[in-house]
Amino acid sequence: MGLWLTIIGMGVVTYAIRLSLIGALGRVTLPPLLIRGLRFVPPAVLTAIIVPELVLPGGTFDFSLGNARLLAGGLAMLVAWRTKSVIFPVIAGMVALWVLTALH
Amino acid sequence: MSTPRSEFLAGVRLTLPLLAGVAPFGLIYGVLAISAGMPAAAAIAMSPIAFGGSAQIIATGQFKLGVPGPVMVLTAFVVNLRHMLYSASMGPYLRPLARPWKWLLAYLLTDEAYAVTIVHYQQPGPAEHKHWFFLGAGLTLWATWQITTIAGVIVGGRLPANWGLDFTLALTFIGLLLPVLRDRAVLAAAVAAGLAAVAAAGLPLKLGLIVAAAVGIAAGMLVEALPGAKPPPDAAPEGSDRWASG
Repeated sequence: MGLWLTIIGMGVVTYAIRLSLIGALGRVTLPPLLIRGLRFVPPAVLTAIIVPELVLPGGTFDFSLGNARLLAGGLAMLVAWRTKSVIFPVIAGMVALWVLTALH
Repeated sequence: MSTPRSEFLAGVRLTLPLLAGVAPFGLIYGVLAISAGMPAAAAIAMSPIAFGGSAQIIATGQFKLGVPGPVMVLTAFVVNLRHMLYSASMGPYLRPLARPWKWLLAYLLTDEAYAVTIVHYQQPGPAEHKHWFFLGAGLTLWATWQITTIAGVIVGGRLPANWGLDFTLALTFIGLLLPVLRDRAVLAAAVAAGLAAVAAAGLPLKLGLIVAAAVGIAAGMLVEALPGAKPPPDAAPEGSDRWASG
């Protein structure tokens, strides 16, 4: 499956989801169980991406102070929690990563 | 007196503050796509075709790792599933519209467009022209996303590879995640998904993300069903107004 076909596939599934209940004829409502489950998609997906990036740098498990990405990510979490901003954690985390990498 | 024109302009105006969050995200996507080795044309084309920030950023990481196309499409499906809530929520308001309007507005139904538009629909006042507000908000976000993608692609081609820019993916998602962690069930979903992601990291085809997401969703629903838990809020998910572009 080539990259272009993949991109088109991503577009098709995304559009299908967005159109699903707008385009549905009549009064269609989601089952309550599905609504309950969808609420957890963002935290589950985001964490499932973040955690391996922090504790599996280069593919091997590293939960130590020598892991620059873990420390930088921890700082970014603190900044995100305090500022509620999306961009400040990125800036703080990248600066921390560069400083820690330079110190090693 | 609201007219199509005044509604459209109000939609544009109320969306402007959100652009401060969308623009850096678009830049980051463009930079990541190029540093992942994606051809510039494909990186730029993904923004109008897939039009969903988080899914696009995840796709750059997967492309770099050589994840097969069908798994990338499946991942985009899971990541964007939350938009079904928005579709369900907007559906009744858009029912009187002609089909081409529905098709167009569904395409523009991102997190941010939903967040500003649903608030507008819920306010008192004649709803006759409110779809023009949706169009104004949606097109403003769309244009911002396309322009910042192109800027990111241009910048990304000039940045040194050893800056570790791929790490901005995790950092951006940290900024999106932390404000969402507001109750016990959501926290359980996040912790379970994080642990499962590490445990399932060795799965073939990088299916660990899908498995971990499923484990996290199940954990959140279990904790929510425990006695003493608050009843689930309906419609918009926690922090949906902040969760990425699209």
